[in-house]
Amino acid sequence: MSNDPRRIGPHDLGGLLLAEGEKPIDRDEHDFAYWERLVDGLIYVLGAKGYPADTAAFRRAIESLKPEDYTNLSYYERWAASAATWCTELELVTQAELDAKMAEIKARQTAGDAS
Amino acid sequence: MNTRFSDGDTVRISHRDDERHHRVPAYVKGHHGTIVRVCAPQVQPEMSAYHKPGEPMRTVYRVRLDQNDLWSDYTGRKSDTVEIEIFEHWLESVNHAP
Repeated sequence: MSNDPRRIGPHDLGGLLLAEGEKPIDRDEHDFAYWERLVDGLIYVLGAKGYPADTAAFRRAIESLKPEDYTNLSYYERWAASAATWCTELELVTQAELDAKMAEIKARQTAGDAS
Repeated sequence: MNTRFSDGDTVRISHRDDERHHRVPAYVKGHHGTIVRVCAPQVQPEMSAYHKPGEPMRTVYRVRLDQNDLWSDYTGRKSDTVEIEIFEHWLESVNHAP
């Protein structure tokens, strides 16, 4: 059934049985990390400003992740990946600006680890 | 806004594929259900997902399906149902025998 041509993306899991090596969803309550709260806040601020104009764009960016990325990313990592997709599509930010910021953060973390 | 279906109508959820983003999971495609609520018109996700207007809007309906019909190996009660909201352009009329 996992090859069902009607399936519309890696999220379309209704009725599928766990395959070898797959784990059931962790349904335990857990605290959110600070960065997860930031992602949540950012998405709601963008939403309040009308970006994206419809939730479908937000969902499409998540559901069109490569299956391995969809599986490996956590909930708020998917949100962040989605925002990066449509923020660049809508030209709110360029990919070059995103790349530069990520390189800057990575350099800061590496420096922090070294000290 | 004209609505094609009303409460109590039997419908079939389209079995078709669509490469564009859409809101119809595989497990309901091709199955019959009953309209239990006419919801509001909404922009079409097949277009709005790509930052296009998604007009004209289409009515969304809440459709009730039988669990026993959805899952061939279902062991729950016969009366168990699942409800899902589906856009009008993904629903087909089913002709009743008189």
